[in-house]
Amino acid sequence: MDQLKVAIVDYEAGNLRSVQKAIEACGSIAKITTDVEDINSCDGIILPGQGASDSAMSKLNELGLSETIKKQINKGKPFLGICLGLQLLFDSSEEGDLPGLGLIQGRIKKFSKDSKVPHIGWNQVSFNKNHPFIEEIPNQSNFYFAHSYFSEIERKKQQLATTDYGIEFCSAVAIDNLVAVQFHPEKSGILGLGLYKNFLNMIIHG
Amino acid sequence: MLTKRIIPCLDVHQGRVVKGVNFLNLQDAGDPTVLADFYDKEGADELVFLDITASSDGRDIMIDVVKNVSENVFIPFTVGGGVRSIKDIRGLLQAGADKVSLNTSVILEPKLISQASRMFGSQCIVVAIDYKKITDFKESTEDNEIGIDLDSKWEVYTHGGRNRTGIDALKWAERVADLGCGELLLTSMDMDGKQQGYDVEYISSVNEKVNVPLIASGGAGKLDHLYTVFEQGNADAALVASIFHFGKYKISDAKEFLRLRGISIRV
Repeated sequence: MDQLKVAIVDYEAGNLRSVQKAIEACGSIAKITTDVEDINSCDGIILPGQGASDSAMSKLNELGLSETIKKQINKGKPFLGICLGLQLLFDSSEEGDLPGLGLIQGRIKKFSKDSKVPHIGWNQVSFNKNHPFIEEIPNQSNFYFAHSYFSEIERKKQQLATTDYGIEFCSAVAIDNLVAVQFHPEKSGILGLGLYKNFLNMIIHG
Repeated sequence: MLTKRIIPCLDVHQGRVVKGVNFLNLQDAGDPTVLADFYDKEGADELVFLDITASSDGRDIMIDVVKNVSENVFIPFTVGGGVRSIKDIRGLLQAGADKVSLNTSVILEPKLISQASRMFGSQCIVVAIDYKKITDFKESTEDNEIGIDLDSKWEVYTHGGRNRTGIDALKWAERVADLGCGELLLTSMDMDGKQQGYDVEYISSVNEKVNVPLIASGGAGKLDHLYTVFEQGNADAALVASIFHFGKYKISDAKEFLRLRGISIRV
């Protein structure tokens, strides 16, 4: 079988290289790209993330990528959102004024001052349901987080995992071919690479 | 629950790890990538690389180090030492660093913190504070909001503890947190290298004043010191060097020790 080709969407948001290396460590090819054609022709899409939501959304809109990504997800192409790449999938965010991609109903909110902000470090992820993306990943494993905003999801059935940081927030989402995580699997050691392998398996098995 | 982090710190000079890293089973303990990989497998939660090369050609070497490490190591790492501008920060982040640590440059130009955190996100901007306990009061030349006064207990230093700044280290911590840094790396120049324990008093004082994660640094000599700085100092992470570099303890020993004492830790 040919090597899988994954497109990592580039909107000038930090550490794309680590994501690319994680995919390569799992034996596939990942291209960092802003090109609509790449995103249309690839086997799977990764929307990574870091930085501010408004500048990310305006960049995606400007490049014509918002519509492309939505179309590809709706057509059933496997998609992985990471950190800000999860938050951008929601309707709206307290962090900015621009609407998100609106693929998930809910809102992005800022952590209250009761906890230290940003939420940085390894925290436990508790799974709410089964999904191929978390196959062979032990429940309540620790993953690496680095963020100041969290997602409040409306339809709890779409929630894949929660994490406790003063409040219990949605740390992973799974809706059919779409998966997204608030933490950074590319910075979460062996278990993180396990999630990338599972994502690649989702592509293979459709 | 969020776990406490143990972060080995590696000093890098001209692209090589220096200062007493000594493992029998490592073929090349001077290679940053080899050591990073070793500590990743040992269970380190994160890594810090401190570039102690002063010259500007050292900058490019450090970029190559960062690229190599990020290609092989899948835990977060911070790079510090001589980072002076937005351009420096961008270069390191693009090469694969997860966070950048700012020190002397932000004493001279504090607004670099707010610019950088707006541009790259506060989660990747660490401010390092090197400080000493004040033993003789000297009138401060700094503006009186952050300058030391008769109530001050700690003073900010630069150049490895040689130069005093006249800045109150507690007020400085508050100032840099207000400017938008995402974490503080607090190094006691009094305790550094002495292996007598962390400066719990300063760490817990900062913890009362600011709402960002704190990395305690300077003084780890035995595992109990880690416990104390987490439990009494409320540190979120502990920077460690010699006790692990020389193989006196393994990270897994430290984690087991802490876990048994009820500290939330990733094992």
